[in-house]
Amino acid sequence: MSTKHESTTRTLLVALVVSLVSSVFVAGSAVVLKPIQLENRLIDKQRNILTIAGIGKPDLSSKEVKDLFASSIKARVVDLQSGEYTDEFDPLVFDPLKASRDPKLSEALPLAQDIALIKRRERYATVYMVERDGKLDSLVLPVRGYGLWSTLFGFMAVKSDLKTVIGFGFYQHAETPGLGGEVDNPKWKALWPGKVLFDASGKPVIRIVKGNVDPSNPNAAYQVDALAGATLTSNGVDRLLQFWLGEQGFGPYLAKLRAQGA
Amino acid sequence: MSHPTMKEVLFNPVFANNPIALQILGICSALAVTSNLNTALVMSIALTLVTAFSNLFISMIRLHIPSSIRMIVQMVIIASLVILVDQVLRAYAFNIAKQLSVFVGLIITNCIVMGRAEGFAMQNPPLLSFLDGIGNGLGYSAMLLLLGVIRELFGAGKLFGIDIIPLTKDGGWYEPNGLLLLPPSAFFLIGLIIWALRQWRRNQIEPAVFTLAPQVSDKEGI
Repeated sequence: MSTKHESTTRTLLVALVVSLVSSVFVAGSAVVLKPIQLENRLIDKQRNILTIAGIGKPDLSSKEVKDLFASSIKARVVDLQSGEYTDEFDPLVFDPLKASRDPKLSEALPLAQDIALIKRRERYATVYMVERDGKLDSLVLPVRGYGLWSTLFGFMAVKSDLKTVIGFGFYQHAETPGLGGEVDNPKWKALWPGKVLFDASGKPVIRIVKGNVDPSNPNAAYQVDALAGATLTSNGVDRLLQFWLGEQGFGPYLAKLRAQGA
Repeated sequence: MSHPTMKEVLFNPVFANNPIALQILGICSALAVTSNLNTALVMSIALTLVTAFSNLFISMIRLHIPSSIRMIVQMVIIASLVILVDQVLRAYAFNIAKQLSVFVGLIITNCIVMGRAEGFAMQNPPLLSFLDGIGNGLGYSAMLLLLGVIRELFGAGKLFGIDIIPLTKDGGWYEPNGLLLLPPSAFFLIGLIIWALRQWRRNQIEPAVFTLAPQVSDKEGI
């Protein structure tokens, strides 16, 4: 190596030029591609809402998803504490997950209440409604909670009686493929429609149980088979439902809806 | 390796000098992303592109890199390329990017990329280095795709997500081997493949680094 390459000035210069050129590329790609990435994420979420609400198929094209979502789904932001709708936020822009990290819009959960292990719960959440002839036809609620390796993000869709499941599924998780990852298995998801989430008093009674659900059991409507080989993921799903359907989650909101006779 | 030819740099890494099977590099991602063929394929393409272009760019400026900061310069170039690939995947292959999650980012730490940059691109002209990157990418890809085929076919009865073998849970005859979907299974498979490869090409067998001394007394351990 010649000494010319090794001088301090030279070293600094090369470092500077390489860093500059690289940062231009990295920053450029991030800026140019960001709109497409955000769009992808939005469409992925909308596709899941439509699929779980039973009005769309997973293989719809991006454009079909957007059109169908715009024409059939009404989004509202709900104050989880009071259970009232709020117009403070635009439901299409409001991001509950971002809110859950914002101290002003969320609160830390005490360990005893944090059964879904989400640490902080946002004060406001977005719910999605499918209306028919001006009346509520189905309601889609966002749920999330910790499984074995990851937080599972999903949606629960219920009929207008607010307790019968239309569909349930997760759009993002990192559970073990083939074991906990089977939460995505269409066969398992098919067990959910028709199950009943609440008892007559509005208490969440849905449980995930080990072994086959015995159809003759009077509680069969409140029980779903656990995933084989994925006890911890199943427990996580069970707990996140208890949480989001309970008082800390959408309990107050659902109670209000029930009282209105929706 | 005084004057490697283009053909050599391109095809030697596939069998003769496979980065995973002979150099035992890049094992981590080979365990992580091969539970199905889709992710294995995309990961292969991503790693091949990163290795090829990092080799190309590093080779182009190799005469200007001061040796005291050469590894840092290599890392900066590699990291930038990986971020670029990650961004493009998130924009145009959203579902796959979701499945690959952290492993695209971890290409930065993949020893194959850094190894080729330091071991080849620093001493060779750009075109040859570029082909060397492609070649090593091909070697990595061959291994990943082989693992992906075995793991997805026998672990889930599918290839590219399409049902191939009817599973018992869907009314077929095949009871899938769940172990194959877990990362450790790839470890066993890679071991078996290395063994098979070295039976076929015996020059790949490494001489033992040390030999066990014979036991001299039955009270050695005391």
